[in-house]
Amino acid sequence: MSKATSMREAIAELVRDGDTVAIEGFTHLISFAAGHEIIRQGRRDLTLCRLTPDVIYDQMVAAGVARRLVFSWLGNPGVGSLHAVRRRVEGRDGGPLELEEYSHFGMVCRYVAGASRLPFFPLRSYEGSDLPKANPRIVPIESPYDPSERLYAVPPLNPDVTVVHAQRADAEGNAQIWGLLGCQKEAAFAAERVLVVCEELVEPEVIRADPNRTAIPGLIVDAVVVAPRGCHPSYAQGYYDRDNLFYREWDAISRDPDRLDAWLDEWVLSLASHEEYVEKLGEQRWADLAPGEAWSGRVNYGSYD
Amino acid sequence: MDWTPTEMMVVASARQLAGEKVVFVGVGPPNIACNLARRTVSPDLQLVYEAGVFGARPARLPLSIGDPTLATGSDAIHGMFELFAYYLQAGLIDVGFLGASQIDRRGNINTTVIGEYDHPSVRLPGSGGACEIAINAGKVFVIMPQSRRSFVERIDFTTSPGHLEGRRPEGWIGAGPTVVVTNLGVYGFDDSGEMELRSLHPSVTLDQVRQETAWELRVSDDLKETPPPTEEELRLIREELDREGTSTR
Repeated sequence: MSKATSMREAIAELVRDGDTVAIEGFTHLISFAAGHEIIRQGRRDLTLCRLTPDVIYDQMVAAGVARRLVFSWLGNPGVGSLHAVRRRVEGRDGGPLELEEYSHFGMVCRYVAGASRLPFFPLRSYEGSDLPKANPRIVPIESPYDPSERLYAVPPLNPDVTVVHAQRADAEGNAQIWGLLGCQKEAAFAAERVLVVCEELVEPEVIRADPNRTAIPGLIVDAVVVAPRGCHPSYAQGYYDRDNLFYREWDAISRDPDRLDAWLDEWVLSLASHEEYVEKLGEQRWADLAPGEAWSGRVNYGSYD
Repeated sequence: MDWTPTEMMVVASARQLAGEKVVFVGVGPPNIACNLARRTVSPDLQLVYEAGVFGARPARLPLSIGDPTLATGSDAIHGMFELFAYYLQAGLIDVGFLGASQIDRRGNINTTVIGEYDHPSVRLPGSGGACEIAINAGKVFVIMPQSRRSFVERIDFTTSPGHLEGRRPEGWIGAGPTVVVTNLGVYGFDDSGEMELRSLHPSVTLDQVRQETAWELRVSDDLKETPPPTEEELRLIREELDREGTSTR
Protein backbone atom coordinates (compact mmCIF):
# COMPACT_ATOMS: atom_id res chain seq x y z
CA MET A 1 0.00 0.00 0.00
CA SER A 2 1.39 3.36 -0.96
CA LYS A 3 1.82 5.85 1.90
CA ALA A 4 2.94 8.63 -0.44
CA THR A 5 1.15 11.90 0.24
CA SER A 6 1.73 15.66 0.22
CA MET A 7 3.52 17.50 3.03
CA ARG A 8 0.36 19.49 3.73
CA GLU A 9 -1.74 16.35 4.20
CA ALA A 10 0.95 14.52 6.15
CA ILE A 11 1.41 17.31 8.72
CA ALA A 12 -2.38 17.86 8.97
CA GLU A 13 -2.85 14.16 9.62
CA LEU A 14 0.11 13.37 11.88
CA VAL A 15 0.96 16.47 13.97
CA ARG A 16 -1.56 17.76 16.54
CA ASP A 17 -1.52 20.67 18.97
CA GLY A 18 0.27 19.69 22.17
CA ASP A 19 2.23 16.85 20.56
CA THR A 20 5.80 15.86 21.34
CA VAL A 21 7.62 16.14 18.02
CA ALA A 22 11.16 15.12 17.02
CA ILE A 23 12.55 16.36 13.70
CA GLU A 24 15.88 14.54 13.99
CA GLY A 25 19.10 14.53 11.97
CA PHE A 26 22.47 15.58 13.40
CA THR A 27 23.38 18.62 11.26
CA HIS A 28 22.67 16.33 8.28
CA LEU A 29 19.19 15.56 6.84
CA ILE A 30 17.15 17.98 8.98
CA SER A 31 13.67 18.31 7.49
CA PHE A 32 13.22 22.07 7.31
CA ALA A 33 10.36 21.39 4.85
CA ALA A 34 8.35 19.64 7.60
CA GLY A 35 9.20 22.31 10.18
CA HIS A 36 8.03 25.06 7.85
CA GLU A 37 4.76 23.25 7.11
CA ILE A 38 4.12 22.90 10.88
CA ILE A 39 4.59 26.69 11.14
CA ARG A 40 2.24 27.29 8.18
CA GLN A 41 -0.45 25.13 9.74
CA GLY A 42 -0.18 27.08 13.00
CA ARG A 43 0.36 24.21 15.44
CA ARG A 44 0.63 25.28 19.09
CA ASP A 45 2.05 24.02 22.42
CA LEU A 46 4.42 21.51 20.86
CA THR A 47 7.22 19.89 22.84
CA LEU A 48 10.11 19.95 20.38
CA CYS A 49 12.88 17.35 20.80
CA ARG A 50 16.28 17.34 19.09
CA LEU A 51 19.86 16.91 20.26
CA THR A 52 20.68 20.21 18.56
CA PRO A 53 17.59 22.42 18.12
CA ASP A 54 19.42 24.09 15.21
CA VAL A 55 17.99 26.93 13.13
CA ILE A 56 14.79 24.95 12.42
CA TYR A 57 13.68 25.05 16.08
CA ASP A 58 14.80 28.69 16.39
CA GLN A 59 12.38 29.40 13.54
CA MET A 60 9.62 27.26 15.06
CA VAL A 61 10.04 28.84 18.51
CA ALA A 62 9.96 32.32 16.94
CA ALA A 63 6.78 31.34 15.06
CA GLY A 64 5.11 30.42 18.34
CA VAL A 65 4.55 26.69 17.83
CA ALA A 66 6.55 25.49 20.86
CA ARG A 67 5.92 25.33 24.59
CA ARG A 68 8.91 23.20 25.57
CA LEU A 69 12.36 22.21 24.21
CA VAL A 70 14.06 18.90 24.99
CA PHE A 71 17.69 19.08 23.86
CA SER A 72 21.40 18.67 24.55
CA TRP A 73 23.17 21.49 22.64
CA LEU A 74 21.44 24.77 22.07
CA GLY A 75 23.35 26.69 19.43
CA ASN A 76 23.76 27.61 15.77
CA PRO A 77 26.39 25.00 14.81
CA GLY A 78 29.67 26.60 13.79
CA VAL A 79 28.21 30.11 14.17
CA GLY A 80 26.99 30.94 17.69
CA SER A 81 23.60 31.36 19.36
CA LEU A 82 20.00 30.66 18.48
CA HIS A 83 18.78 34.14 19.27
CA ALA A 84 15.00 33.58 19.21
CA VAL A 85 15.39 30.75 21.73
CA ARG A 86 17.82 32.80 23.83
CA ARG A 87 15.45 35.77 24.02
CA ARG A 88 12.75 33.50 25.42
CA VAL A 89 15.08 31.74 27.87
CA GLU A 90 16.70 34.97 29.08
CA GLY A 91 13.25 36.52 29.60
CA ARG A 92 13.70 39.25 26.98
CA ASP A 93 10.84 38.23 24.70
CA GLY A 94 7.48 36.48 24.94
CA GLY A 95 6.42 33.95 27.54
CA PRO A 96 8.84 31.54 29.18
CA LEU A 97 9.99 28.53 27.20
CA GLU A 98 10.27 25.31 29.21
CA LEU A 99 13.64 23.59 28.88
CA GLU A 100 14.51 19.95 29.54
CA GLU A 101 18.23 19.54 29.13
CA TYR A 102 20.54 16.53 28.73
CA SER A 103 23.94 15.77 27.19
CA HIS A 104 24.15 14.29 23.66
CA PHE A 105 24.65 10.74 24.94
CA GLY A 106 21.81 11.24 27.41
CA MET A 107 19.44 12.26 24.60
CA VAL A 108 20.57 9.35 22.41
CA CYS A 109 20.03 6.91 25.30
CA ARG A 110 16.53 8.37 25.83
CA TYR A 111 15.66 7.48 22.23
CA VAL A 112 17.23 4.02 22.65
CA ALA A 113 15.11 3.39 25.77
CA GLY A 114 12.07 4.72 23.92
CA ALA A 115 12.70 2.57 20.87
CA SER A 116 13.28 -0.52 23.08
CA ARG A 117 10.25 0.25 25.31
CA LEU A 118 12.52 0.15 28.38
CA PRO A 119 11.71 2.22 31.51
CA PHE A 120 15.16 3.86 31.56
CA PHE A 121 18.66 3.59 30.12
CA PRO A 122 21.90 3.58 32.19
CA LEU A 123 25.01 5.55 31.30
CA ARG A 124 28.27 6.72 32.85
CA SER A 125 27.79 10.42 32.15
CA TYR A 126 26.81 13.11 34.72
CA GLU A 127 28.93 12.22 37.80
CA GLY A 128 30.25 15.52 39.12
CA SER A 129 28.12 17.55 36.69
CA ASP A 130 25.33 19.96 37.75
CA LEU A 131 23.05 18.63 34.99
CA PRO A 132 21.19 16.19 37.33
CA LYS A 133 20.46 19.17 39.64
CA ALA A 134 19.13 21.20 36.73
CA ASN A 135 17.10 18.27 35.41
CA PRO A 136 15.70 15.91 38.10
CA ARG A 137 14.82 13.36 35.41
CA ILE A 138 18.54 12.46 35.30
CA VAL A 139 18.77 10.10 38.28
CA PRO A 140 21.75 8.38 39.99
CA ILE A 141 21.35 4.59 40.26
CA GLU A 142 23.40 1.64 41.53
CA SER A 143 24.34 -1.30 39.37
CA PRO A 144 22.07 -4.21 40.46
CA TYR A 145 25.16 -6.48 40.23
CA ASP A 146 27.62 -4.26 42.10
CA PRO A 147 26.10 -1.60 44.36
CA SER A 148 29.44 0.20 44.57
CA GLU A 149 29.11 1.05 40.89
CA ARG A 150 27.21 4.30 40.39
CA LEU A 151 25.52 5.11 37.09
CA TYR A 152 22.89 7.56 35.91
CA ALA A 153 19.52 6.76 34.40
CA VAL A 154 17.66 8.74 31.77
CA PRO A 155 13.97 8.17 30.97
CA PRO A 156 12.66 6.92 27.61
CA LEU A 157 11.71 9.49 25.01
CA ASN A 158 8.71 8.41 22.91
CA PRO A 159 7.72 11.24 20.56
CA ASP A 160 4.15 11.38 19.29
CA VAL A 161 5.69 12.07 15.90
CA THR A 162 9.22 11.66 14.54
CA VAL A 163 10.12 13.22 11.19
CA VAL A 164 13.08 11.77 9.30
CA HIS A 165 14.46 12.95 5.97
CA ALA A 166 16.08 10.20 3.87
CA GLN A 167 17.96 10.33 0.58
CA ARG A 168 15.58 7.73 -0.85
CA ALA A 169 12.52 5.74 0.16
CA ASP A 170 9.91 3.54 -1.48
CA ALA A 171 6.19 4.18 -1.23
CA GLU A 172 5.91 1.81 1.75
CA GLY A 173 8.34 4.01 3.69
CA ASN A 174 11.42 1.80 3.60
CA ALA A 175 14.00 4.58 3.93
CA GLN A 176 17.71 4.58 3.10
CA ILE A 177 20.22 7.02 4.51
CA TRP A 178 23.96 7.46 4.00
CA GLY A 179 26.50 9.91 5.37
CA LEU A 180 26.06 10.94 9.02
CA LEU A 181 23.41 8.73 10.63
CA GLY A 182 22.74 10.69 13.83
CA CYS A 183 20.02 8.97 15.85
CA GLN A 184 17.17 8.97 13.34
CA LYS A 185 16.74 5.22 13.54
CA GLU A 186 16.28 5.30 17.33
CA ALA A 187 14.02 8.39 17.20
CA ALA A 188 11.81 6.74 14.54
CA PHE A 189 11.48 3.40 16.35
CA ALA A 190 10.67 5.31 19.57
CA ALA A 191 7.81 7.27 18.00
CA GLU A 192 4.07 6.70 17.94
CA ARG A 193 3.85 8.01 14.35
CA VAL A 194 6.63 8.37 11.76
CA LEU A 195 6.83 10.69 8.77
CA VAL A 196 9.49 9.88 6.19
CA VAL A 197 10.45 12.73 3.86
CA CYS A 198 12.77 11.88 0.98
CA GLU A 199 14.83 13.36 -1.82
CA GLU A 200 13.72 10.61 -4.20
CA LEU A 201 10.89 8.10 -4.24
CA VAL A 202 12.28 4.84 -5.65
CA GLU A 203 10.92 1.43 -6.60
CA PRO A 204 11.11 -1.27 -3.88
CA GLU A 205 13.72 -3.09 -6.04
CA VAL A 206 16.18 -0.23 -5.48
CA ILE A 207 15.79 -0.59 -1.71
CA ARG A 208 16.02 -4.39 -1.82
CA ALA A 209 19.21 -4.28 -3.89
CA ASP A 210 20.98 -2.75 -0.88
CA PRO A 211 19.08 -3.65 2.33
CA ASN A 212 22.04 -2.85 4.63
CA ARG A 213 21.45 0.81 3.85
CA THR A 214 17.83 0.80 5.07
CA ALA A 215 17.64 2.76 8.35
CA ILE A 216 13.89 2.73 8.79
CA PRO A 217 11.50 -0.03 7.68
CA GLY A 218 8.11 0.76 6.15
CA LEU A 219 6.58 -1.22 9.03
CA ILE A 220 6.80 1.78 11.39
CA VAL A 221 6.15 4.53 8.80
CA ASP A 222 2.79 6.31 8.51
CA ALA A 223 3.39 8.63 5.57
CA VAL A 224 5.98 9.27 2.85
CA VAL A 225 6.48 12.73 1.38
CA VAL A 226 8.75 13.48 -1.56
CA ALA A 227 10.47 16.81 -0.93
CA PRO A 228 13.64 17.27 -2.98
CA ARG A 229 16.00 19.79 -1.35
CA GLY A 230 13.74 19.64 1.68
CA CYS A 231 16.62 19.97 4.16
CA HIS A 232 17.95 23.38 3.13
CA PRO A 233 19.92 25.01 4.81
CA SER A 234 20.83 21.60 6.26
CA TYR A 235 22.01 19.12 3.64
CA ALA A 236 21.62 15.71 2.08
CA GLN A 237 24.94 13.88 1.55
CA GLY A 238 25.67 13.56 -2.15
CA TYR A 239 22.69 15.76 -3.15
CA TYR A 240 23.46 19.28 -1.87
CA ASP A 241 25.92 20.86 0.54
CA ARG A 242 25.14 22.47 3.88
CA ASP A 243 24.38 26.15 3.22
CA ASN A 244 26.85 27.56 5.72
CA LEU A 245 26.26 31.04 4.33
CA PHE A 246 22.62 30.81 5.38
CA TYR A 247 23.56 29.62 8.88
CA ARG A 248 25.78 32.71 9.16
CA GLU A 249 23.04 34.97 7.77
CA TRP A 250 20.57 33.51 10.28
CA ASP A 251 22.70 34.95 13.09
CA ALA A 252 21.89 38.50 11.97
CA ILE A 253 18.27 37.72 11.07
CA SER A 254 17.47 36.06 14.40
CA ARG A 255 19.13 38.80 16.51
CA ASP A 256 16.40 41.20 15.42
CA PRO A 257 12.81 40.08 16.23
CA ASP A 258 11.29 42.31 13.53
CA ARG A 259 13.68 41.06 10.89
CA LEU A 260 13.00 37.49 11.97
CA ASP A 261 9.22 37.98 11.67
CA ALA A 262 9.70 39.47 8.22
CA TRP A 263 11.85 36.48 7.24
CA LEU A 264 9.21 34.00 8.43
CA ASP A 265 6.58 35.93 6.54
CA GLU A 266 8.58 36.07 3.32
CA TRP A 267 10.09 32.56 3.34
CA VAL A 268 7.46 30.44 5.10
CA LEU A 269 4.04 31.97 5.70
CA SER A 270 3.54 33.63 2.33
CA LEU A 271 4.68 30.52 0.45
CA ALA A 272 2.26 27.67 -0.22
CA SER A 273 4.80 24.86 -0.14
CA HIS A 274 8.44 23.88 0.06
CA GLU A 275 8.59 23.71 -3.74
CA GLU A 276 8.06 27.48 -3.78
CA TYR A 277 10.85 27.93 -1.20
CA VAL A 278 13.23 25.88 -3.34
CA GLU A 279 12.33 27.92 -6.41
CA LYS A 280 12.63 31.22 -4.55
CA LEU A 281 16.20 30.37 -3.51
CA GLY A 282 17.10 30.41 -7.19
CA GLU A 283 19.15 28.16 -9.43
CA GLN A 284 22.42 29.97 -8.70
CA ARG A 285 22.18 29.15 -5.01
CA TRP A 286 21.51 25.50 -5.81
CA ALA A 287 24.39 25.39 -8.28
CA ASP A 288 26.69 26.75 -5.56
CA LEU A 289 25.56 23.97 -3.22
CA ALA A 290 26.05 21.10 -5.69
CA PRO A 291 28.79 18.70 -4.51
CA GLY A 292 31.21 16.82 -6.71
CA GLU A 293 30.87 13.07 -7.06
CA ALA A 294 32.26 10.29 -4.85
CA TRP A 295 30.49 6.99 -5.57
CA SER A 296 30.62 4.01 -3.24
CA GLY A 297 31.89 0.70 -4.54
CA ARG A 298 29.43 -2.13 -5.05
CA VAL A 299 29.13 -5.28 -2.96
CA ASN A 300 27.82 -8.69 -3.96
CA TYR A 301 24.92 -9.85 -1.78
CA GLY A 302 24.80 -13.17 -3.68
CA SER A 303 21.79 -14.86 -5.24
CA TYR A 304 20.48 -18.01 -3.49
CA ASP A 305 17.48 -19.20 -5.49
CA MET B 1 57.40 36.58 11.66
CA ASP B 2 54.00 37.55 13.01
CA TRP B 3 51.09 35.47 14.29
CA THR B 4 47.81 35.97 16.12
CA PRO B 5 47.22 34.80 19.72
CA THR B 6 44.70 32.28 18.38
CA GLU B 7 47.23 30.88 15.92
CA MET B 8 49.68 30.44 18.81
CA MET B 9 46.92 28.71 20.82
CA VAL B 10 46.14 26.32 17.96
CA VAL B 11 49.80 25.52 17.31
CA ALA B 12 50.53 24.87 21.01
CA SER B 13 47.46 22.59 21.19
CA ALA B 14 48.44 20.63 18.09
CA ARG B 15 51.92 19.94 19.54
CA GLN B 16 50.31 18.43 22.66
CA LEU B 17 48.88 15.69 20.42
CA ALA B 18 52.32 14.19 19.65
CA GLY B 19 52.20 10.46 20.38
CA GLU B 20 48.40 10.30 20.74
CA LYS B 21 46.38 7.87 18.62
CA VAL B 22 42.66 8.62 18.85
CA VAL B 23 41.27 12.10 19.43
CA PHE B 24 37.68 13.23 19.86
CA VAL B 25 37.50 16.51 17.95
CA GLY B 26 35.36 19.60 18.60
CA VAL B 27 34.57 22.46 16.20
CA GLY B 28 36.49 25.72 15.92
CA PRO B 29 40.09 25.93 17.21
CA PRO B 30 40.20 22.25 18.38
CA ASN B 31 39.29 21.18 14.87
CA ILE B 32 42.18 23.14 13.36
CA ALA B 33 44.55 21.94 16.06
CA CYS B 34 43.72 18.26 15.43
CA ASN B 35 44.00 18.61 11.67
CA LEU B 36 47.29 20.50 12.10
CA ALA B 37 48.60 17.71 14.34
CA ARG B 38 47.79 15.15 11.61
CA ARG B 39 49.94 17.16 9.21
CA THR B 40 52.82 17.70 11.67
CA VAL B 41 53.51 15.89 14.97
CA SER B 42 51.00 13.05 14.69
CA PRO B 43 50.43 11.82 11.10
CA ASP B 44 48.62 8.66 12.20
CA LEU B 45 46.19 10.47 14.49
CA GLN B 46 42.62 9.15 14.11
CA LEU B 47 40.02 11.89 14.20
CA VAL B 48 36.70 10.97 15.82
CA TYR B 49 33.72 13.31 15.49
CA GLU B 50 30.65 13.06 17.72
CA ALA B 51 28.44 13.07 14.63
CA GLY B 52 29.41 9.39 14.33
CA VAL B 53 32.62 9.45 12.28
CA PHE B 54 35.77 7.43 13.01
CA GLY B 55 38.93 8.15 11.01
CA ALA B 56 37.71 11.34 9.30
CA ARG B 57 39.83 12.89 6.55
CA PRO B 58 38.22 16.29 6.02
CA ALA B 59 39.12 17.77 2.63
CA ARG B 60 38.10 21.24 3.85
CA LEU B 61 37.79 22.79 7.28
CA PRO B 62 34.32 21.85 8.52
CA LEU B 63 32.34 24.86 9.79
CA SER B 64 30.00 22.64 11.77
CA ILE B 65 30.58 19.40 13.67
CA GLY B 66 28.41 17.60 11.09
CA ASP B 67 29.88 18.76 7.79
CA PRO B 68 29.55 16.38 4.80
CA THR B 69 33.33 16.44 4.25
CA LEU B 70 33.68 14.42 7.48
CA ALA B 71 31.70 11.54 5.98
CA THR B 72 33.33 11.26 2.54
CA GLY B 73 36.48 9.13 2.71
CA SER B 74 36.30 8.32 6.44
CA ASP B 75 37.11 4.88 7.87
CA ALA B 76 33.67 4.36 9.42
CA ILE B 77 30.35 6.07 10.06
CA HIS B 78 28.23 4.90 12.96
CA GLY B 79 25.00 5.96 14.56
CA MET B 80 25.62 8.27 17.49
CA PHE B 81 24.69 5.59 20.02
CA GLU B 82 27.53 3.38 18.82
CA LEU B 83 29.99 6.27 18.74
CA PHE B 84 29.26 7.42 22.30
CA ALA B 85 28.74 3.93 23.79
CA TYR B 86 31.31 1.69 22.04
CA TYR B 87 34.06 4.25 21.49
CA LEU B 88 33.82 6.95 24.15
CA GLN B 89 32.18 5.19 27.11
CA ALA B 90 34.17 2.01 26.40
CA GLY B 91 37.46 3.88 26.73
CA LEU B 92 38.74 3.89 23.14
CA ILE B 93 39.32 7.66 23.05
CA ASP B 94 42.81 8.81 24.12
CA VAL B 95 42.18 12.55 24.12
CA GLY B 96 38.99 14.58 24.17
CA PHE B 97 39.20 18.25 23.21
CA LEU B 98 36.89 20.69 24.97
CA GLY B 99 36.27 24.41 24.81
CA ALA B 100 34.95 26.35 27.81
CA SER B 101 33.23 29.62 28.67
CA GLN B 102 34.38 29.36 32.28
CA ILE B 103 36.97 27.11 33.93
CA ASP B 104 38.11 26.92 37.56
CA ARG B 105 41.48 25.95 39.06
CA ARG B 106 40.43 22.26 39.13
CA GLY B 107 39.58 22.20 35.43
CA ASN B 108 35.81 22.04 35.99
CA ILE B 109 34.06 23.54 32.98
CA ASN B 110 30.94 25.62 32.41
CA THR B 111 29.32 25.85 28.96
CA THR B 112 25.69 26.08 30.19
CA VAL B 113 24.74 29.43 31.74
CA ILE B 114 26.15 32.67 33.11
CA GLY B 115 24.11 33.47 36.20
CA GLU B 116 21.45 31.22 37.73
CA TYR B 117 20.28 28.19 35.78
CA ASP B 118 16.59 29.12 35.99
CA HIS B 119 17.14 32.82 35.26
CA PRO B 120 20.38 33.06 33.28
CA SER B 121 21.85 36.38 32.21
CA VAL B 122 23.45 34.50 29.31
CA ARG B 123 22.19 31.17 28.06
CA LEU B 124 25.14 29.22 26.57
CA PRO B 125 24.73 26.11 24.37
CA GLY B 126 25.05 23.52 27.15
CA SER B 127 26.82 20.17 27.20
CA GLY B 128 26.50 18.63 23.78
CA GLY B 129 28.87 15.69 24.20
CA ALA B 130 31.20 17.59 26.55
CA CYS B 131 29.93 16.11 29.82
CA GLU B 132 30.59 12.52 28.69
CA ILE B 133 33.86 13.43 26.99
CA ALA B 134 35.09 15.04 30.23
CA ILE B 135 34.25 11.87 32.17
CA ASN B 136 35.19 9.11 29.69
CA ALA B 137 38.04 10.32 27.45
CA GLY B 138 41.47 9.03 28.58
CA LYS B 139 42.65 12.63 28.95
CA VAL B 140 41.03 15.97 28.34
CA PHE B 141 42.69 18.93 26.62
CA VAL B 142 40.97 22.27 27.07
CA ILE B 143 41.49 25.05 24.55
CA MET B 144 40.01 28.47 25.32
CA PRO B 145 40.69 32.22 25.36
CA GLN B 146 41.80 33.41 28.80
CA SER B 147 40.50 36.37 30.81
CA ARG B 148 39.31 37.10 34.38
CA ARG B 149 35.81 36.33 33.10
CA SER B 150 36.76 32.86 31.82
CA PHE B 151 39.45 31.83 34.38
CA VAL B 152 37.20 32.23 37.42
CA GLU B 153 37.29 31.42 41.15
CA ARG B 154 33.84 29.72 40.98
CA ILE B 155 32.12 28.61 37.78
CA ASP B 156 28.37 29.39 37.61
CA PHE B 157 27.44 25.82 36.55
CA THR B 158 29.47 22.60 36.28
CA THR B 159 28.63 21.23 32.84
CA SER B 160 31.67 18.97 32.54
CA PRO B 161 33.59 17.78 35.60
CA GLY B 162 37.34 18.27 35.80
CA HIS B 163 39.14 17.30 39.00
CA LEU B 164 36.09 18.25 41.12
CA GLU B 165 37.38 19.33 44.56
CA GLY B 166 40.70 17.53 44.14
CA ARG B 167 41.88 14.44 42.25
CA ARG B 168 39.15 12.30 40.68
CA PRO B 169 37.61 9.45 42.67
CA GLU B 170 38.80 5.86 42.02
CA GLY B 171 36.98 4.00 39.29
CA TRP B 172 36.62 6.83 36.80
CA ILE B 173 37.67 5.80 33.31
CA GLY B 174 39.28 9.06 32.30
CA ALA B 175 42.10 10.96 33.97
CA GLY B 176 40.34 14.29 33.43
CA PRO B 177 41.97 17.48 32.17
CA THR B 178 45.73 17.24 31.78
CA VAL B 179 46.38 20.25 29.55
CA VAL B 180 44.80 23.70 29.17
CA VAL B 181 45.99 25.87 26.28
CA THR B 182 45.00 29.53 26.05
CA ASN B 183 46.08 32.57 24.04
CA LEU B 184 48.57 33.31 26.87
CA GLY B 185 50.14 30.01 27.87
CA VAL B 186 50.04 26.27 28.46
CA TYR B 187 48.88 24.79 31.77
CA GLY B 188 49.13 21.35 33.34
CA PHE B 189 47.71 19.99 36.61
CA ASP B 190 49.72 19.11 39.73
CA ASP B 191 49.22 16.00 41.91
CA SER B 192 46.39 17.67 43.84
CA GLY B 193 44.51 18.33 40.61
CA GLU B 194 45.18 22.07 40.57
CA MET B 195 46.01 23.97 37.41
CA GLU B 196 49.61 25.12 37.10
CA LEU B 197 51.20 27.42 34.51
CA ARG B 198 53.90 25.45 32.67
CA SER B 199 54.73 27.64 29.68
CA LEU B 200 54.28 31.27 28.62
CA HIS B 201 53.71 32.10 24.96
CA PRO B 202 56.37 34.38 23.40
CA SER B 203 56.15 38.01 24.62
CA VAL B 204 53.50 37.17 27.26
CA THR B 205 54.52 38.13 30.81
CA LEU B 206 53.71 36.38 34.08
CA ASP B 207 52.05 39.59 35.32
CA GLN B 208 49.77 39.58 32.31
CA VAL B 209 48.75 35.96 33.00
CA ARG B 210 48.04 36.73 36.69
CA GLN B 211 45.96 39.73 35.55
CA GLU B 212 43.81 37.43 33.47
CA THR B 213 43.33 34.77 36.18
CA ALA B 214 40.78 35.31 38.94
CA TRP B 215 42.49 33.02 41.47
CA GLU B 216 45.99 32.90 42.98
CA LEU B 217 47.71 31.05 40.15
CA ARG B 218 50.27 28.27 40.74
CA VAL B 219 53.33 28.53 38.52
CA SER B 220 55.63 25.62 37.74
CA ASP B 221 59.18 25.79 39.15
CA ASP B 222 60.27 24.88 35.66
CA LEU B 223 58.36 27.62 33.76
CA LYS B 224 59.24 27.61 30.07
CA GLU B 225 58.59 29.77 27.05
CA THR B 226 56.39 28.19 24.35
CA PRO B 227 58.44 27.85 21.15
CA PRO B 228 56.92 30.24 18.57
CA PRO B 229 54.94 28.89 15.61
CA THR B 230 57.18 27.66 12.81
CA GLU B 231 56.79 28.92 9.26
CA GLU B 232 55.41 25.53 8.25
CA GLU B 233 52.79 25.50 11.03
CA LEU B 234 51.59 28.96 10.04
CA ARG B 235 51.56 28.05 6.36
CA LEU B 236 49.39 24.99 7.04
CA ILE B 237 46.92 27.04 9.08
CA ARG B 238 46.72 29.94 6.63
CA GLU B 239 46.88 28.09 3.33
CA GLU B 240 45.16 24.78 4.11
CA LEU B 241 43.23 24.68 7.36
CA ASP B 242 41.68 28.10 7.86
CA ARG B 243 42.06 29.94 4.59
CA GLU B 244 39.34 32.47 5.42
CA GLY B 245 40.73 33.01 8.91
CA THR B 246 37.32 32.40 10.50
CA SER B 247 38.73 30.58 13.50
CA THR B 248 42.26 31.90 13.88
CA ARG B 249 42.28 35.62 13.04
